[in-house]
Amino acid sequence: MSTSTSRDSILGKVALNKPESTPLPDLSFFINGTAAVTEQFITILGNIGGKAHHREGTIDEVISTIKNDFPELKRIYSSDPDVRRALDLQFVTPASGHAFEDVDVAIIKAHFGVAENGAVWITDDLMGNRALPFICQHLVVIVDEKNLVPTMHEAYKKIGSSKYNYGAFIAGPSKTADIEQSLVLGAHGPKSMTVFIMA
Amino acid sequence: MKEIHAEHAELAGEFNKDEDRVDWHDETLWWIRAKRDKAVNQLPEWERLRDAASQIKDHVLGNLDTYLEQFEANALQNGVKVHWAANAEEHNKIVYQIMLDQGVLRMVKSKSMLTEECHLNEYLKEHGIEVIDSDLGERIVQLAEEAPSHIVLPCIHKKKEEIGELFHIHLGTEKGNSDPQFLTNTARIHLREIFLTRKVALTGVNFAVAETGEIVVCTNEGNADMGAHLANVHIASMGIEKIIPKKEHLGVFLRLLTRSATGQPITTYSSHFKTPQNGREMHIIIVDNGRTRQLGRPDFRNSLKCIRCGACMNTCPVYRRSGGHSYHNAIAGPIGSILAPNLDMKDYADLPFASTLCGSCSNVCPVKIDIHQQLYKWRQVIVKEGYATKTKKVSMQVMSNTLSSPTAYHLAGKMGRFVIKYAPFAVNNRLNPWYKQRDLPSAPEQSFGEWYKENRKKQ
Repeated sequence: MSTSTSRDSILGKVALNKPESTPLPDLSFFINGTAAVTEQFITILGNIGGKAHHREGTIDEVISTIKNDFPELKRIYSSDPDVRRALDLQFVTPASGHAFEDVDVAIIKAHFGVAENGAVWITDDLMGNRALPFICQHLVVIVDEKNLVPTMHEAYKKIGSSKYNYGAFIAGPSKTADIEQSLVLGAHGPKSMTVFIMA
Repeated sequence: MKEIHAEHAELAGEFNKDEDRVDWHDETLWWIRAKRDKAVNQLPEWERLRDAASQIKDHVLGNLDTYLEQFEANALQNGVKVHWAANAEEHNKIVYQIMLDQGVLRMVKSKSMLTEECHLNEYLKEHGIEVIDSDLGERIVQLAEEAPSHIVLPCIHKKKEEIGELFHIHLGTEKGNSDPQFLTNTARIHLREIFLTRKVALTGVNFAVAETGEIVVCTNEGNADMGAHLANVHIASMGIEKIIPKKEHLGVFLRLLTRSATGQPITTYSSHFKTPQNGREMHIIIVDNGRTRQLGRPDFRNSLKCIRCGACMNTCPVYRRSGGHSYHNAIAGPIGSILAPNLDMKDYADLPFASTLCGSCSNVCPVKIDIHQQLYKWRQVIVKEGYATKTKKVSMQVMSNTLSSPTAYHLAGKMGRFVIKYAPFAVNNRLNPWYKQRDLPSAPEQSFGEWYKENRKKQ
């Protein structure tokens, strides 16, 4: 195997065969931050199988709502210090995602949400472990209303050059329609996604 | 390694034997096309997004070597191991070597059309490595020992009863249960065990950002993430054309991709992998496998702009009625038909002819690839290079002679109307492949030319 030879030969062929360069488009046209985003976010998240609570209040009140929503689910986990305090959580974040296999509900704060598609942007520092938002049975996300943006263009503007090792837009519960196009929630990941939009 | 296979028309003929299934397949895909339209019509800026996406990809092709080097440098800086593979064989060997280095014999894999193109699963199987596909649709076709028939909807050709039977045989579900909810939950339990026990996970790549060295993988099921985050080693395989210059360009592509594919506003997960997890490994394999050759073909190079949404398949009247397997290529449908002849012009000589040239594919393409024009151009290249079948060559020659002579053209029209009216059996018999699944229209009394001549005299 001679990967370095292949590298040079691939780059050489690209240089030889590539067309004339053309300019990149100006994307400023797509930025328009005026829409009423909260309503749109709630509607779209509902359309894609998620649920949103738009509310005021403290983390403790959010936790009691979650416990109400999932009465039979006991194993709740979060790596967020505020949520941990409210949950009185002693369990320390382990190095491997396998340890979260039995987590019923994971609570994660998001940097921001995107109204046009109901997605939230979460990076690994907020997850604690990258596997957590995927391996849990139900996902709860907390986002500040002031951090909702209209479209993906504003989203990437907001991400800017912020540092992260891993990040994901998450829009609704894990789903599949591979069997005769019948939509089923909870393919491999969470069976539900609830977003608390904090006014 | 390559099997001898029948041509598209013959394979489509097989698929067409079950008329109910063809109707169902056709209607299902058209329903997805309609969902795409509904999503697209909600964005007034849709056409400008397509323009922007097309221009970004054009720019990338014109600077691909620079961006590949930039991407590599940044990925290395992120602690990722970068490999380069000139062809499928080299790609497969690199994957195998990583498995050997880890000392493991089992891999979990999420969707990657590139690994289908490279026949990775077969290669690894021959070398004693077990691969389990984790996308539900891909797992289903894997259990059925078939290839995916659609790049986004791998088992779109399968009925739920057939899937229920497969699960009964392989996963021990009760016989006769074909409820999608039940079957999906069975797969969830089955694959969770796989995710938790596999040390190496392979994923595809939707976008590779030169500016940061990160890769973006889009799934609805979360299978790429489950595999990659729980394994010690994450291997990501990408074609050289997956590069985009900057992160802000993802805004354009992520808005277009899933709306075009299924009518969703975005996939459930758009995961940005930048560095390996602490103490673990991440490998990116950058693959050529004929792409640099396609880059050197001015008429066909912009097929490399494809973002694999599948919209051209869902809208294609030929794909919808012939099924993905009739294209005998990892990528079916219109886009597959312009990519495949670059891989092997002789083997895929039939594919550019598997089209009506209606142009619907080009109209829905989110990056504005002129797919139907490339299909037309490939036909000419294939005939010129001598790869067309004999019947095709003769009929194209007759067509060309007829259309270039007014006398022959008028005579042919007269003959056609006469035959349809008085001797339809001369056309609608089993010896004429065109007549399969078709009814002849009633013939008009006269041609437009004749009508015009007559009515002009009257005035």
